[in-house]
Amino acid sequence: MSKYTEDDLEQELKTKEYEYGFYTDIESETFAKGLSEDVVRAISKKKNEPEWMTNWRLEAYRVWEKMDEPEWANVNYTKPKFQDIAYYSAPKAKPKLNSLDEVDPELLDTFKRLGISVDEQKKLANVAVDIVIDSVSVATTFKKTLGEKGIIFMPISEAIQEHPELVRKYLGTVVPTTDNFYAALNSAVFSDGSFCYIPKGVRCPMELSTYFRINEGGTGQFERTLVVADKDSYVSYLEGCTAPSRDENQLHAAVVELIAMDDAEIKYSTVQNWYPGNKEGKGGVYNFVTKRGLCETNAKISWTQVETGSAITWKYPSCILKGNNSIGEFYSIAVTNNHQQADTGTKMIHLGKNTKSTIISKGISAGKSQNSYRGLVQINARAENARNFSQCDSLLMGNDCGAHTFPYIEVKNKSAQVEHEATTSKIGEEQLFYCNQRGIDTEKAIALIVNGFSKEVLNKLPMEFAVEAQKLLEISLEGSVG
Amino acid sequence: MELKDKLLSSYVAFENDVDTNSDIHEIRSKAFQNFEDLGFPTKKLEDWKYTSLNSVLKQDYSIFPNKDNGIQLSDVQKYFIHDIDTYKLVFIDGRYSSFLSESTHDTFDVCLMSAALIKPKYKAVIENYFNKIAKKDNLTSLNTAFANEGAYIYIPRNIEVEKPIQIINFTTGSETATMLQPRNLIVVEQNAHVQIIERHQSLTSNSVLTNSVTEVFAAKDATIDIYKIQNDDKNASLVDNSYIEQKSNSIVSVHTFSFGGNITRNNLNFYQRGEHIDSILKGITIIEGKQHVDHHTLVHHIEPNCESHQDYKGIFDERSTGVFNGKVIVDKEAQKTNAYQKNNNVLISDRATINAKPQLEIFADDVKCSHGCTIGQLDNDALFYMQQRGIPEKEGKALLMYAFANTVLESVKIPEVKSRITKLIADKLGVNIGFDL
Repeated sequence: MSKYTEDDLEQELKTKEYEYGFYTDIESETFAKGLSEDVVRAISKKKNEPEWMTNWRLEAYRVWEKMDEPEWANVNYTKPKFQDIAYYSAPKAKPKLNSLDEVDPELLDTFKRLGISVDEQKKLANVAVDIVIDSVSVATTFKKTLGEKGIIFMPISEAIQEHPELVRKYLGTVVPTTDNFYAALNSAVFSDGSFCYIPKGVRCPMELSTYFRINEGGTGQFERTLVVADKDSYVSYLEGCTAPSRDENQLHAAVVELIAMDDAEIKYSTVQNWYPGNKEGKGGVYNFVTKRGLCETNAKISWTQVETGSAITWKYPSCILKGNNSIGEFYSIAVTNNHQQADTGTKMIHLGKNTKSTIISKGISAGKSQNSYRGLVQINARAENARNFSQCDSLLMGNDCGAHTFPYIEVKNKSAQVEHEATTSKIGEEQLFYCNQRGIDTEKAIALIVNGFSKEVLNKLPMEFAVEAQKLLEISLEGSVG
Repeated sequence: MELKDKLLSSYVAFENDVDTNSDIHEIRSKAFQNFEDLGFPTKKLEDWKYTSLNSVLKQDYSIFPNKDNGIQLSDVQKYFIHDIDTYKLVFIDGRYSSFLSESTHDTFDVCLMSAALIKPKYKAVIENYFNKIAKKDNLTSLNTAFANEGAYIYIPRNIEVEKPIQIINFTTGSETATMLQPRNLIVVEQNAHVQIIERHQSLTSNSVLTNSVTEVFAAKDATIDIYKIQNDDKNASLVDNSYIEQKSNSIVSVHTFSFGGNITRNNLNFYQRGEHIDSILKGITIIEGKQHVDHHTLVHHIEPNCESHQDYKGIFDERSTGVFNGKVIVDKEAQKTNAYQKNNNVLISDRATINAKPQLEIFADDVKCSHGCTIGQLDNDALFYMQQRGIPEKEGKALLMYAFANTVLESVKIPEVKSRITKLIADKLGVNIGFDL
């Protein structure tokens, strides 16, 4: 399915270090470290926000102050010192650009090294890219094409200025500011992110994608994404992440809200490859994300994620199936290697009648890593004929890693049909022997088997991402089997 | 007075009754301290997320019930498995009834905990096994603090106990509310074999809270089958804490039949300390009304080449709630483990609730572990098929439910227990059929 050959893989495997670990030297404007009401006000002022927005942030901050960090997840780490983080950093003098030529050449070079050639993508991939470097978007493409359809796709900070009525109406409705510790923190200090609105009956003609990167040492990144699909519309949204190598732990606490109105469909795909720390488990990104979608009648939300990076992953993309006949899907591959720890899964809350949800989760653990699936399937008393199918498979490589499953199933309706199954296994010696016999060496055989194991999820990704994800899987597991 | 305070003050009275200058009492004091620190479990604890004891703890329990009770054999005979010869250890309001019991010291001991704790003859066993695997959590600590009476069973090497042992705890309701804390110890030495039937039964509708702890040790090649029959009055609540340690090649099975009671919580813990061990955990739950049954199982695979099989079936009607929390831990060293867990539930009513959390924690790579959990309904096509052939709806449903639960019944080794359970299921489903069609 790809142009990617085995020789390429071999090349990839030789570059053992994290290949995206570089640092772009762009003069940044960074706030002093620490968080207080003044900092929240300053962030808001910096972004020239209206008063309701400032108050909204302050409210979140006040709630956050009173909250404790969640400790229930199956992960161990030194807690970030929240007063030791700078809460705002942006490339200086945000340029207002109409074409890519005006973009800082150094930035463009960064994108090239990341493998995202903006101009190439513009021509070939038919993807509108809203690139975020340290929270502030500097390049937005295809805006015009989208504009003709009435689709709004812009940095959320601009959306607050240009479409305050939409943002105000929907922001925080799916993930309230009081939802959890990290969501509250994000609400108080989020610097930027994306806003997307698809009008009634419009089918978004292209995949919308945003590339996030963390830059600037010691900066936390707090993204806020809001996708609203109005009645009978469709959108496929892609999000991909890479981060440069850093020794000190970096905090990433994003919030993603999806709203699918009657008959609408949102497909949200993520490839996450934040810096996982070095082989001794030093450094790496802390990824504490709140993602949730709301489905109205006949709506559908589908989450697909490939998680290969981060030192700590704490992430549960969820669906609230509020409307009758709505559908929620969750497809996930989580790969952990070395000292990585992942506690990830989903929540499917069935409220409406005839609601359906599917959960396919594939966990692959290698090295000294810990990989947990944590999920909730809740069928409420009024959710007649709700249907859920969950499958969690874990693949263990080596004897120092762990795989954990924590599925919660809560059913209050007799017509519900809920199935959950989980398996844990390793790559069979016979499978490897079979490959070896046919001239495939062990390392490649493992890549092959892992790809097969993950196929159900990889197939759900849009083409461009599937290629990238497949590559990532192989790199992440490099050297994990001796 | 809050129950906790009452227990704290009762402990002083309890100390007047027992020998305080012993090792056992030191264990009690520590456990008491532990309970004082921890208090009763609340829903804030992950392990008690779905089960609240609040309503149960509100009662004004009598900790040391009246001694006088005029219980006759005819009053209680129906609760025995009486169609076979068995050893019996019968406790009435927490006190041993020699009149109703049939104990033995012949080649093995089937006797009383209170005697075993003080007589020198049992000292070595008590020292080696008493309170060794019981967790130090709140309710187990509370039991340990007041540990005095219960069943003491010791089976030496190579002995196959020829008839089952019944352990039955009756409450007479001589007080408006009674709290019981039986403490059992079962030690089965190498290559020995024993079958045990356990039951808690309230004879009136007065409130009862039983906080029972049982420790079971299976030495090499030992075989133990335990059947727990829970079909109590709707005002009787039970927290049953069982801890089972197995050595190489031993086989232990526990079948739990939960058909009654107010709140029933089963904490069943298996620790596999040896190779080629087989642990079998099975259960059938059929409840209605506002009943609540919570199965918390733990199988800890510590060494290689062991197996565990779990199979729990639940049928929930009216406003009943069921909880299944099955945890399997496979340690790094426990390669070639084969752990299997299955939990199937049927909801009959829209007001019934099931909360399931089948949990796997795996640290070894060469293992086969799987769990499956389903929640669904009876097959309408099958029901229709039966109705077409002249089987009324009610009986048809009962047959389907019986078939659903049958995988658990199949492995019951004592035919009399099996037929008793079958009868209980028929009663529970309100039909008059033998099921052995």
